[in-house]
This record gives sequence, structure tokens and C-alpha cells, in this order.
Amino acid sequence: MAITVKRVGRPVVESSYLKATLQGMGRTLKYMFEPKITIEYPEQRWELSPRWRGTHRMLTKEDGKARCVACGLCPSICPSNCIKLVPGEDENGNRYPLVFEIDEFRCIFCGYCQEVCPEDAIHVGQHYENSEYSREGHVYDLERLMAQTHPVSTLWDATDPKGE
Amino acid sequence: MMPLHPLLQVVDPQAPITGYTTFIIFSIIKLIVVFTVYMVAAALLTLAERKISAWIQGRRGPNRVGGRGGWLQPAADGIKNFMKEETEPGNASQPLFSMAPALSFIPAMIVWSVIPFASPLPTRWGRVDLVVADLPVGFLFILAIASLGVYGIVLAGWASNNKYSFLGGLRSSAQMVSYEVALGMSTIPVILLAGNVTMSQIIRQQSHSMWNVFNLTVAFLIFFVASLAETNRVPFDLPEAESELVAGYHTEYSAMKFSLFFIAEYANIVTSSALMATLFLGGWDIPFTGWDNAAPFTVLKTLLTLGCFLTKTGFFIFVFIWIRWTVPRFRYDQLMSLGWRVMIPAALGYIVLIAATLLVLQAIGVQPGPVHSFILLAENICALLLFFVMIDEGRIISPAYRRAREQRIVRLRGRSVLPSATEGVGK
Repeated sequence: MAITVKRVGRPVVESSYLKATLQGMGRTLKYMFEPKITIEYPEQRWELSPRWRGTHRMLTKEDGKARCVACGLCPSICPSNCIKLVPGEDENGNRYPLVFEIDEFRCIFCGYCQEVCPEDAIHVGQHYENSEYSREGHVYDLERLMAQTHPVSTLWDATDPKGE
Repeated sequence: MMPLHPLLQVVDPQAPITGYTTFIIFSIIKLIVVFTVYMVAAALLTLAERKISAWIQGRRGPNRVGGRGGWLQPAADGIKNFMKEETEPGNASQPLFSMAPALSFIPAMIVWSVIPFASPLPTRWGRVDLVVADLPVGFLFILAIASLGVYGIVLAGWASNNKYSFLGGLRSSAQMVSYEVALGMSTIPVILLAGNVTMSQIIRQQSHSMWNVFNLTVAFLIFFVASLAETNRVPFDLPEAESELVAGYHTEYSAMKFSLFFIAEYANIVTSSALMATLFLGGWDIPFTGWDNAAPFTVLKTLLTLGCFLTKTGFFIFVFIWIRWTVPRFRYDQLMSLGWRVMIPAALGYIVLIAATLLVLQAIGVQPGPVHSFILLAENICALLLFFVMIDEGRIISPAYRRAREQRIVRLRGRSVLPSATEGVGK
């Protein structure tokens, strides 16, 4: 038996080119006089969502030191392996990070580091202007992470944590 | 007494210019002014296109160079294009490669020399016709020169030694040659009505009766579509279809040579718009009044008619841009089928229709005037209704495929299933 392909005819009445063209031109003319949606970037800024995940920020304790206790959870959960952590211990037995570096160039801004942090120390922030002239410039050390001042991400909506 | 030098003689401002010296001097002045205005207009059109495209898409367009309006953007683009490196493809035909941008640009510019742009200007040396050269064969000159435009594109495609350029050039030659036929034929009714091929006479005829857009609406529409195709604008920009041909005929061009192609496109738009305004919208004629085209001519009349002409031309330029940012590109077979199977027969039929109507009107003694125009208008409305309602139901532009008749399919199937093939499967 021969195999037949079902051929669908075009609706002849509805495929008028001229009518559709005139409709389209009417629409484009209407858009010409509507308000523009451009945000003129350097002067105007996009209002970021509180859940925006951008440049990292390390929060500090009252004494000005980083809250990080070098537990090692964030480098182990990081899917892009961009966090470098060398733990240290002071004379009282308190752990602190000797080296804490985040390569913002490798980071995919998933926010897992903030989610997993038991000390509420490392955060992703509501900030996106982190371009640099070199790749090395993207590696933020602990001082630089602590010096960030932008608001941190909430990761989820506090009033609706389950996203309902 | 020694005869006064012609430039020092004071003559009647309403009388036409006499004497070669004055004629040549005024011609040079008009040449320079028209050329300058034309170049500036072409440059500003690049800005206008970007602005209008932005507005249509809900954006703002260039607004960084030269204030909020971005007025200096054309200058910035020009400087950039002068500074850029000229690249030349390997094994390119160098003379043709350099000549092509100029060849695509010059014809568009030359056509302007026969388009009248305002009513005559009275000066102390006589009445100056505001057209660079009011050729007695003005209209034929336009047709002759406008068809040269295709050479620039074809040569650019050929000389680039690049398959995409070459395909673009081929396409454009096919497209421009086929639409030129429709373009030329759609203007024959205009000449029939005016009884003359001089541009100023065509304008005078329109200002005495009705504009040709009402007298000859179908011819106007055909001319409009054909000039879209002639200027390679969307929806007929197949020569530079970037999805298939990179950039078509100007793929290999860079820096100012590329820029010249760009200017040529806008120059062509300006020229086509001015032609449409002149042939179908009465040129510099101010509507609803005979005041502007009767003597005595004054400077005020000149300025007003110039404004009128610029408005009409500007309107068509806007429509060109507006269409570009609305309509998608045609497929190549649709383009050809529209050109050969719709436009040319329609233009031919319309010539017969108008010629017959004019003959009949002459025979029954209707002189050119309101009644004459009204009859033509009624006829055009009937023709348009017939054209739009009857034909444009998916048939002007052929659909994705045209379904063959059932009988024919059966016959084709019967032939394609060869006995040897079926036997081969069986074994």
C-alpha cells in the first residue's frame, strides 16, 4: 500500500497578503507613538529583585572579622568549583579562613553557597556590575568580599518561602 | 554705447532667463545646492531609519551623539567609516570592485537633475526654473538612468569573487530587471494623461486637474511596489538577504566603499520618493488652490511650494522606512511570480484601460477637468476593488505551495511509479 502524506491546504480566505500587511502597518504605527520601554542604562538602573543573585559579599561580626568559620561547606557544594578555602585555627581553637577566594568569573551564581552557609557568612548580592580588565581581577579575596556594601540576596521570598 | 554685461542687466523678473552666462551660472548654483541638500538628506536618512525603526520597536534609537535627538550620528558614522581599513578580497577584479559603489550611487543622484522641486523663482536676472535641467525628454531620461542602477550591484557582486556576493548580484539583476518593466509600464498612463514627457508639464497637468494618485491609482500602486523593488528595500531586499547571503552584494566591502552602498540605498529612496511625489502627487503643487502655479511668481510661492514638495517626498520616505520595519522579506519565487504574473499583466491591462477610457472620453467630448477626473477616479476605484477583493485572497502572493489539481497528481503518480522499480522491490 502506498504511503500517503496528509497535505494541509492553506485557508485561502484568511491568507490575504494586503489585508495582513495593512493590519501590520497599523500596528507598527501604533507602536511608534507608544511610550518607549528602553532603560537608558548608565543613567537609569533596572530595579533588582530582592532574590537577585549577583556579586558575593561576606558579612562580618561586630568585631569586624568575617563570620566565616571555614567549615568547608561552600567549596564542597559549589557546582562550578570557584571557591578556594584554606582553613586556619587561632589559639582559642576558633576556626577561621586563612584564604577565602571566589572566582566571580567561574561562578554561575546559583546561590548554593549562601544557602548552605551555617554561619550566615557568605552571600550572593543584589549587584551585577563586576566587569574587570583581567581574569585575575575577577578573583575576589576575603578583604574584597568583606568590603562589598550592596544588599544581599534573600534567595527566596520570605513571605512565601515555598513559592506558592 | 558698450552693451552691458548680462549679469549687470536688470530684466523683468517674470521673464524666462536669456543669455548663456546667466543660464550657466544659475545652473551651477542649482547644481551645488541640490547636490548638497541631497547628500545631507541621504546622510540624515540613515539616522531617520534608525530612529523610526527604534520607535516602531519600542526603543529610543541613537541618542548619545549630538543631544537627545542623536543629530550627529551620521557624522560619527561617516568619520568611523573613513577611519576604517579598506579590505580587498583576494583575486577580486580591482577596477570593477572600486567602481561598483560609485555606479550604484551616481544614477540615483543624476535622476534628481530633472525633478522640479519648487515653483519658478523670480530674480533680477529673470525667472529661474527650480529644476537643475528641465529636459524636454525628462521622463525618458529618468527611465534610462534609473535602469543603470542595477550595474553597480551586479558589478559589486561579480567583482567581489565571493559566492554570496555573486548570488546577491544575480538575484538583484533578475529582480531589478523584472520590476523595471512594471515600473516603466506603470508610468505610461501618466504620460498618456499629460500628453508630454517633460516633468514640469506633468506637474502642470496635475495641478490643472486632479493629482494622478486619484486619476491613476492603480498605476501609482504598481509604481510604488516596483520602486520598493528597484531600491532593494524590504520586502524586496533579496539581494542582501542576510539569512542566506551574509550581506549579498556588499559582503566584501568595508569602510567608505560599504558606506557608499549604504548612501546609495538612501539616495535611491529619496529619488524614488521624489519621483512618486512628482508623477503622482503633483510635485510642488499645493492642493486645493491654483494660486501657486499662476504668474506672477514670488519668493513666498517658491518657499511654500518647496515646502509642499519636501512634505510629499518626506511622506514617501517615511512610508518606505515604515514598510521596512513591518513586512518580512519575500521568498524568491514569490518575488518573481509577483513581478511577472501580477505586476506586469496588471500594468499592461491598466494601460489598455486608461487608453480606452481616454479615447472614449475624447470621443464623447469630455474635456480634461473635474468631470474627466471624476470618471477616471470612479474607474480606478472599481479596478482597485476588483483587484483587492477578487484577486487578493491568497492569490496575489502565492501560498507556501500551490496545490496541483487532483487529476494531475494522479497522472504524475502513475508516471513516477516505474514498473522496474516495483519489480525490484518485489524480488
